[in-house]
Amino acid sequence: MSSETADAKPTHLPGVSSGSKMVIHPRWVRITHWTNVVAMFVMITSGWRIYNASPLFSFTFPPEITIGDAFDGLTGALLWHFAAMWLLAVNGVIYVALGILTGRFRRKLLPIRPAEVVRDLRAALTGKLSHDDLSVYNAVQRVLYAGVILAGVVIVLSGVSIWKPVQFQELAAVFGGYDAARFVHFFAMATIVGFLAIHVTLAILVPKSLRAMLLGR
Amino acid sequence: MPKARKIIPGVDPKLLIKDAAKLLPDPSRRLFLRGATSLGAITLLTGCDIVDQDTAAKALLTISRFNDRVQALIFNPDKLAPTYPESAITRPFPFNGYYPEEDAPEVDGETYMLEVGGLVENKKPWTLEELYALPQEKQITRHVCVEGWSAIGSWTGTPLRDFLQRVGADLTAKYVWFQCAEGYSNTIDMPTALHPQTQMTFKFDNEILPRKYGFPMKIRIPTKLGFKNPKYVVGMHVMNQNLGGYWEDRGYNWFSGI
Repeated sequence: MSSETADAKPTHLPGVSSGSKMVIHPRWVRITHWTNVVAMFVMITSGWRIYNASPLFSFTFPPEITIGDAFDGLTGALLWHFAAMWLLAVNGVIYVALGILTGRFRRKLLPIRPAEVVRDLRAALTGKLSHDDLSVYNAVQRVLYAGVILAGVVIVLSGVSIWKPVQFQELAAVFGGYDAARFVHFFAMATIVGFLAIHVTLAILVPKSLRAMLLGR
Repeated sequence: MPKARKIIPGVDPKLLIKDAAKLLPDPSRRLFLRGATSLGAITLLTGCDIVDQDTAAKALLTISRFNDRVQALIFNPDKLAPTYPESAITRPFPFNGYYPEEDAPEVDGETYMLEVGGLVENKKPWTLEELYALPQEKQITRHVCVEGWSAIGSWTGTPLRDFLQRVGADLTAKYVWFQCAEGYSNTIDMPTALHPQTQMTFKFDNEILPRKYGFPMKIRIPTKLGFKNPKYVVGMHVMNQNLGGYWEDRGYNWFSGI
């Protein structure tokens, strides 16, 4: 895979700001991002209540942080989950299609080199990683963003397997069958929630990144 | 016909919006406001108390009806549910119901009569003896509960499709409605009723269906969630009207195909 375009710009030069006039996040990224916030919020919090009906592990989620009160017990959570799935899936397909077609994924997320990931992760943990140029992602960001997109694909496909384990039994078989697909679905959720913990913390620590996702620059 | 909208006399709504927009001096401020509005929309859509509960419930049920139609399209009448070996059977197979096991109905097999009605030629009720004399098939399939858990069971009985043909049912009708001894009920779509694995079940694990699994008859539908598999069935009606069901009337998705 070619990486010339990504390498044309230095990864990060402190003090050089190319972002002030340039659009960092085009409109389609911002729209799909905030749509995804809504969809993910509903899917995760309703999903927790559905999990509680038949837990995979020895813990359940506190009902206060789940949604679905419009109906008794499990019903509301199921209705929310199977409504928001359309928003999540349609928005996700648009996002991934545009990410590939516009070349944004290739430009922003590739290449991912393990050595750079280790270097940037070390820098990040010691507080030395610069967020000066928001238009270029460091190696840790690339891994996290690529990883969460992959988790998004897995959560949708494992979800479809759980939803229709007979009609889409070939897909369910890819995840090891119905019961195994439930675990895959759970761990994909855990991955996304873990990502969100980091992502939201850093957005708060670097407020201009939040501004860029709202206003584009 | 479109309803006339209430307009404040002497005010042109278009001009009013233009004037309001002028009050925002800097374009970036406007952009920020737009961003803030979408953030506001997020909090509105989360189902918190900000949204009127009834409005949310109605919208959710509308989407659930849409999901019924999507699932009817996804349903492939020739696609068989996976089958398993005897060794895969879940033992003990769980009891499921909206009541504890000891409250499960006790149906007397001696006096039992299956009522057959609606769009069928022969409405003669069936005794258990007559039902047992029908040709039977065995299937070992997965029961998937709406709660998420699943269990593999072995069911033996007569294909519902064969029975519907035998009683001269109108197979172009839309629904089959089942009534159960304890008041439970279920309506299923005709394509599912005609699926080769949809079964009038008389035996579980090669034994006469015990009370906890629905004696004397259960409708086993391996292409639907567990609650769409009625037990203690005493009535079967072929209809063009969807009469819903116990859980469906309480908000569970009607089609509930898997």
